[in-house]
Amino acid sequence: MADKSCELFDAGHRACGGCGPALAARLIMKGAGANTIVVASTGCMEVFSTPYPETAWKVPWIHSLFENAAAVASGIDSALKKQGRDEHIVCICGDGATFDIGMLCISGAFERGHNITYICYDNEAYMNTGIQRSGATPYDADTTTSPAGKNSTGNKTRKKDLPAILAAHGAPYVATASTAYPNDIINKVDKAVNIEGPCYIQIQTPCCTGWGFDGAKTVEIGKMAIASGLWVNYEMENGVVTKVKKLPMRRPVEDYLKTQKRFRHLFRPERNEAEIAKIQAIADANAEKFGIDMNIEKK
Amino acid sequence: MMQIMEGSHAVAEAVKLIKPDVVSAYPITPQTHIVERLAEMAADGEIDSEYVCVESEFSALSVCLGASAAGSRVYSATSSQGLILMAEVVFNVAGMRLPIVMSIANRAIGAPLSIWNDQQDSIALRDSGWIQLYAEDVQEMSDLHFLAYKVSEDHDILLPSFVCFDGFILSHTYEPVDIPTQEEVDAFLGPYNAYQMLDAKNPISMGMYATPDYYLEFRYENDAAMVRSAEALKVAGKAFGEQFGRDYSGLVESYKMEDADVAFVALGSICGTIKDAIDEMRENGVKAGLVKIRCYRPFPAEELRAALSGVGTVAVLEKNISLGSAMKGAVGPEVKDAMDGTGTAVFSYVAGLGGRDIRKRDVAAIADLALKGEGNMFYGLREELI
Amino acid sequence: MALNIGCAAPPGKSRDNKTGSWRVFMPVITKEKCTMCGNCILLCPEGCIVEVDGYPVIDYDFCKGCGLCANECPSEAIAMIQEEK
Repeated sequence: MADKSCELFDAGHRACGGCGPALAARLIMKGAGANTIVVASTGCMEVFSTPYPETAWKVPWIHSLFENAAAVASGIDSALKKQGRDEHIVCICGDGATFDIGMLCISGAFERGHNITYICYDNEAYMNTGIQRSGATPYDADTTTSPAGKNSTGNKTRKKDLPAILAAHGAPYVATASTAYPNDIINKVDKAVNIEGPCYIQIQTPCCTGWGFDGAKTVEIGKMAIASGLWVNYEMENGVVTKVKKLPMRRPVEDYLKTQKRFRHLFRPERNEAEIAKIQAIADANAEKFGIDMNIEKK
Repeated sequence: MMQIMEGSHAVAEAVKLIKPDVVSAYPITPQTHIVERLAEMAADGEIDSEYVCVESEFSALSVCLGASAAGSRVYSATSSQGLILMAEVVFNVAGMRLPIVMSIANRAIGAPLSIWNDQQDSIALRDSGWIQLYAEDVQEMSDLHFLAYKVSEDHDILLPSFVCFDGFILSHTYEPVDIPTQEEVDAFLGPYNAYQMLDAKNPISMGMYATPDYYLEFRYENDAAMVRSAEALKVAGKAFGEQFGRDYSGLVESYKMEDADVAFVALGSICGTIKDAIDEMRENGVKAGLVKIRCYRPFPAEELRAALSGVGTVAVLEKNISLGSAMKGAVGPEVKDAMDGTGTAVFSYVAGLGGRDIRKRDVAAIADLALKGEGNMFYGLREELI
Repeated sequence: MALNIGCAAPPGKSRDNKTGSWRVFMPVITKEKCTMCGNCILLCPEGCIVEVDGYPVIDYDFCKGCGLCANECPSEAIAMIQEEK
């Protein structure tokens, strides 16, 4: 069982106030514990937590490049096997490093079946470099490389279904989670690090700076993402969905979209009903696929 | 024990004796025979390494990086396109001061695609911070690996090394080679003892980022280690000679330089051809000599200057091209710089790119051109094609 | 102090950086309203709220004043007050 009182991610780091990934880092370490080696990719978390000589990490930690955390972790796994050591190996990487530039290394690592846990903190864009779109950026989100404008309603692509891709690689355990539900993160990480083989957890970590909301609302917005059906918390074991967070009454996506500057162009100067409907359809499809609707009226 | 062996297999035998914990490499012509032989050894239990088949060269060196950071001795090998693909990791490993040793079966870089030998691949990464050693024959191919691990893993050095040898010409050629015993190698090398590593019992953060206040000094430290490695290579090379009977205390090696009018400078297997050509040239009254560069990084400027002292003309045989540079080759300018103020004329000759043969008569022809003062050119162009 | 080669460093030095200086608003906990639910302790992105005899205590050396704790407190026991500097 995870020791929730341990603090292996120290204060003094340089994340924005209210940072979702920073919160995730603390919670991940509570789930993983002190007998853990963390492998980081270049990104917000790496940059705000390790400007030489200040490091916020109280466990062994390594950063190599943007795209190779999974390969570095594979090497660590091979070395630990040879040396007879039992530390957990946990990759903590952003969505840019995971969905795009890191695909090659992740695919290889999962194919080889290394005993690692790969955790993607998903703030849905390349945040550290100034908010550019990634393969995880939701449809119609405004970013600096997918800006809304006269000829554009924002990001044109749908969010890549990476959990499904890694489940298809034969990962024994794949899960999604959110900083809105901190105990759920701790439990899922604790579970994953104790499962033999390559496990994947994708955590939605709202970014106040990149999404455009007040840092105090990081947890509140995470809850709304789930309440709208645009983010679904679930677990897959050996490729089969085994647990899903269901919703008593799903909220319309509009309630979530209105809270963030990155979707403001869908409402001002006038409402873009067609695009809002498309996003609603994405949420509806999620609801259908995962069976999240309980449709219970609150009395 | 003296055996006739293919160059690649001699390297595999050397790696077997070095006992890396983790081997990770991606197949690429002409390195493939090394990794195939190592895979065979792993399958038969002849080596006890974790053999990790990866999805690209980029991943191969990244796997080695992780394993090395976790405290294990590692090995990899590549060529050409693979080396350039992993270039980002190459710089990263050197900056992180991880003592990784990698064999480079030198091969031309595309485009145009070529599987044949030249030295463009390793020379293109001369700025990366890796020690670079070049083998003339299969014996050196084997021996230089032991030397590389010894110096790389020295806590006073901690720089990764390339052991380079000409693809096909050496990798696929059978020559007699003396493979040492396990006891001899254990006595020379010993087990790997990491300077710092990932360990939950003693946590550190590795590969942090450096602000402008720190970056310059980190690069200085890399350079300082590179400078120290010259002496470390000489010392280890001498110790190797004392133990195994083949001395490697010279970063350069001279051949018939005592009274040379024209001296060749070259890297790798072409030196064998040049030596034979020199013997013939001398019979024809041309006093030629050779200074072979065995260690290209750190660049042996002092040793070259001493070895080339008194020579009127130097012809640098370049199996590489530095497109856009005045001398055309990459090695020439550094040789010229080493001879600055001596009055020696230094010329570069780009030859043998993409596996084009260099024959003894070509060597003699280049000597002629150099003595006439014609240089910094391509040698052996097929005029009808251009 | 000489560099740690390879750009490596042992833990602890992040605490040299007192991020409390970033604050504009500061959280103040009213103990009487606190139900000891532990939410604020768990949710602080800095990890600078610690439990003392069951109650949360904020380390103002590191509190950035983000307001997450105040927003998430179920009993509205935390108020964000503009700091006098």
